[in-house]
Amino acid sequence: MDIFLQQIINGLVVGGIYALIALGYTMVYGILQLINFAHGEIVMIGAMVTISCINFLVGHNVNLSGPVLLTVSIAMAIPVTMLLGYLIERVAYRPLRKAPRMAPLITAIGLSIVLQQAATMIWGKNYVPFPAILPTDVLEIGGASITTLQVAIIILTAVILTGLFLLIERTKLGRAMRATAQSPDVARLMGVNVNTIISMTFMIGSALGAIAGVLVAANYDQAHAYMGFMVGLKAFTAAVLGGIGNLGGAVLGGILLGIIESIGSGYLGDLTGGFLGSQYKDIFAFLVLILVLIFRPSGLMGERVAERA
Amino acid sequence: MNIARYSLIAAAIVALTACGKQEPAQPAAAPASTPAAAASADSVKIGFAGPLTGNIAHIGKDLENGARMAIDNINAAGGADIGGKKVKIELMAEDDQGDPKTATTVAQRFIDQKVVGVVGHLQSGTTIPASKIYSDAGIPQITPSSTAIAYTAQGYKTAFRLIANDGQQGKVLGEYAANKLKVKKVAIIDDRTAYGQGLADEFEKAAKASGLEIVKREFTNDKETDFNSILTSIKSAKPELIFYGGLDAQGAPLKKQAKKLGIKAILMGADAWQTPEFIKLAGADADGTYASIPGQPKEQLPGGQEFLAKFKEKFGGEVQLYAPNSYDAVMVMVDAMKKAGSTEPAKYLPELAKIQFSGGVTGPIAFDEKGDIKDGAISIYQVKGGKWELLEVVGGAAKK
Amino acid sequence: MNLIDIFSRQRKTSLISLGLMLMILPWIISHGFESGNSYLRAFDMALLFIMLSLGLNIVVGYAGMLDFGYIAFYAVGAYTYALLNSPHLQALLPAWMMYPPFIVSIILAAGIACVFGIMLGGPTLKLRGDYLAIVTLGFGQIVRIFLTNLDRPFNLTNGPQGINNIQRVHLFGLDLGRPVQILGITFEPVHLYYYLILFFCALIVVVSLRLQDSRIGRAWVAIREDEIAANAMGLNTRNIKLLAFAMGASFGGISGALFASLQGFVSPESFIMMESVMVLCMVVLGGMGNIPGVILGAIIVSITPEILRDVINPLQMALAGRKVVDPETLRMLIFGLVMIVIMLVRPEGLWPSSRRRAELKPQTKGIALQEKDDMQDAERNHD
Repeated sequence: MDIFLQQIINGLVVGGIYALIALGYTMVYGILQLINFAHGEIVMIGAMVTISCINFLVGHNVNLSGPVLLTVSIAMAIPVTMLLGYLIERVAYRPLRKAPRMAPLITAIGLSIVLQQAATMIWGKNYVPFPAILPTDVLEIGGASITTLQVAIIILTAVILTGLFLLIERTKLGRAMRATAQSPDVARLMGVNVNTIISMTFMIGSALGAIAGVLVAANYDQAHAYMGFMVGLKAFTAAVLGGIGNLGGAVLGGILLGIIESIGSGYLGDLTGGFLGSQYKDIFAFLVLILVLIFRPSGLMGERVAERA
Repeated sequence: MNIARYSLIAAAIVALTACGKQEPAQPAAAPASTPAAAASADSVKIGFAGPLTGNIAHIGKDLENGARMAIDNINAAGGADIGGKKVKIELMAEDDQGDPKTATTVAQRFIDQKVVGVVGHLQSGTTIPASKIYSDAGIPQITPSSTAIAYTAQGYKTAFRLIANDGQQGKVLGEYAANKLKVKKVAIIDDRTAYGQGLADEFEKAAKASGLEIVKREFTNDKETDFNSILTSIKSAKPELIFYGGLDAQGAPLKKQAKKLGIKAILMGADAWQTPEFIKLAGADADGTYASIPGQPKEQLPGGQEFLAKFKEKFGGEVQLYAPNSYDAVMVMVDAMKKAGSTEPAKYLPELAKIQFSGGVTGPIAFDEKGDIKDGAISIYQVKGGKWELLEVVGGAAKK
Repeated sequence: MNLIDIFSRQRKTSLISLGLMLMILPWIISHGFESGNSYLRAFDMALLFIMLSLGLNIVVGYAGMLDFGYIAFYAVGAYTYALLNSPHLQALLPAWMMYPPFIVSIILAAGIACVFGIMLGGPTLKLRGDYLAIVTLGFGQIVRIFLTNLDRPFNLTNGPQGINNIQRVHLFGLDLGRPVQILGITFEPVHLYYYLILFFCALIVVVSLRLQDSRIGRAWVAIREDEIAANAMGLNTRNIKLLAFAMGASFGGISGALFASLQGFVSPESFIMMESVMVLCMVVLGGMGNIPGVILGAIIVSITPEILRDVINPLQMALAGRKVVDPETLRMLIFGLVMIVIMLVRPEGLWPSSRRRAELKPQTKGIALQEKDDMQDAERNHD
């Protein structure tokens, strides 16, 4: 039982991170019907900038406790990724808004390569360790271990999600975003500045990406110029699983994916007598995805799109 | 406007540029070729290939630096004495991206550029397909780091390796776990790469042969950083030792996560763990980890200390992993050329096969009939107080 | 630009000269440049990628289904060829199955890839747009992960170690792995493989051209433009979509088999997701749905990084006088930038089909504006 609980906790932590990143994908998709493949790289840049900030502050003998130091550094990294998100949209996506939908997909892949290489130039080819500034206390819950950082990840994810929902549902900006997602033309008629809204969406998504990047780096104690690709891919899968374009779906998809992976690689080996083991971890996610999509072609929480072409 | 006309124009352009390139090239080559025939002996190219971009670029770059240092040393002394002449050596470093397809293109490029020997590649997945091309062209290839048994089992006369293969290393580690650490139950994880899987399989064989019980075999991949779920399932099987076949960048988070989960078992890795990177990434949690490295301990060899110090000075960073091996690969290759009195691959290849080289920073070097390093020593290390400390040297010339 | 024209009599001369050009191309390349043979090898790879992108073009360009896992079929073809032509399964398979004639291996590779194509297509027919994209992406991963892990419980693929010692092609009593002398001219293995791959490439180009204007080709386009209307016109959309997957997959299978025979070694690392993405880039950069465009895209994407090897260092030396950044990093950086710039300048691809160009840039201005809006709506509602 403690093993099972442990696996659920493992899954929740990873799932929370997936959910944060998946939100970035899904927000952009909801408005532009565009897969922002460079989002994984924004996550990476967020982590790298934060680590550099922490090292800079520690190097200049700024005496702050670990969590405060981290918060200050994230606060410095967020504007960087927001600017980056804004620029990406401006340079690579906006000129192609009326182009065939494959075109922005290719610029996104190109951007992804460029950002990876740029990060290699700045931070080098080595893995960058996350500075040991956070407490590493381990809590015991019913025989399962969880670190304070992991507790913080779960709480932080929940807080950010609530904030985002309030933003989307209760504020004027949120209303404008929803209107743009439904129909940009009508939104424009109603006096919404669609371009500003799209830029805002990219910036909010990038800010979430930066936070997620820091959490990934802190949880695994390292960052790397190529780290964004894999985690981005998983998060995108999560977004589709939940129904892409749907915020709640992204969260549900992320957490579900995290738990499926954890339980799958933890138990399947024993259940199948060693035939299917943890080497198939990356497959479980996709198998579940395919099964879900066969029965619900728009994802778990996606709206059913009428059959029209 | 049709495709044929377009292609004709395009082809004509290609032809013209090709000719255009050839025209100036020939007069340039003609006067150059007469002295070049003589001068060609004064400067030769050695190829280096490894992944210089991508997620293991840091290890690829480390290898390149090792080879570059060897070549700079030789050139700083005015060149190598080969056949009574001072010969300068030029390094041609190419990126194979860790991709088998690119590796063969790079191999072909070396042949075209008339390199006299190749140091590389890093992984077995690139070394093996490229070795065919080198073998066809008769160019000696020394891999500083690729450990798959299959590489030298192909029967190519041009294929050499400066590192103990998976079989040798896995065996030593398996026996060490059983006889010295006296554990009974072990769990094994591998990263599903040719390196990690080969090593883990050999470790498993040796461990079973020594009477150990394998309580769990788990898997991950070389891009993963989350090991919580496999470690949790390993924890339930209560092993006393966990062996990981894979790289340092995964090893460090693995070690940290094991600690967070309250796993008390000893962690053991192989050569790819024995790096400063591992300690940098794992921080204070690194202590107690075991790892091995093929070759004599660098610190104890005559040239070793000096090598490490010079490397740090030259490239501004610690040796990561196999830089000493690629350094030695160049040195051995040049030594064979000296003995043969020629830089021609066909002439120095027999010398390379029977070489007895004593000046290496990884120990004395000789090859067996397959091209594997003879009596490769394996040093076992443990992290103590944030440093890799030598515990024991198994096999190799030191014992004899 | 009617491509069928090529086969008419007037074009015969141009076609013959094109053929001749391609025949002597390896000699120009390998003797014209310092590292010519490596360019030729890169060109061999480019030809394989042309086949791959023509196959993907059927799925993406004609039938309009976004496929991110296409490399899986390439992998299936390569492994089929490797298993039949290497000692790996010799002990298990009956002797008559081992080392079949070359053409049989190719047909088998195409056939098995085709079966996988139907396996992917079958359950995913209902999905549209980006949902299909992620499922195909997953399929590509699943195939690769199985190739990596099917060394246990039963050693089928030899796992991460890959399959080595794949036999070189033997054709008409010639061993393509060694230099061959014909009429006093020595043909290096790179040259021989160039001709072999060129032959299959030409075959696939011809098949693609014939398909494009056939009943099936028009049915694919009809489905791409409006599936419901196509169905109403009496097309069996399910079978036609499956056929697109199957055809595309079999092209990939052939290309994979040739890759295995050229390399002599296959391992799962050759079939990572990035390869699928690259093939997709070739199709889109060149011009979806247009065969010459797709060929151009394949050549540009696969050759550019190789050419940059020779350009970067001299350029850096000339501009800055020293190595400022790592040439390899810069090479990939430039490659990424090229992709972005091409798409920004020509969103419809470098060489779009006349149909697509007409859609995007109609002759009359009023229509142009209207079409643009319609297109946008159509695309938005497409999923």
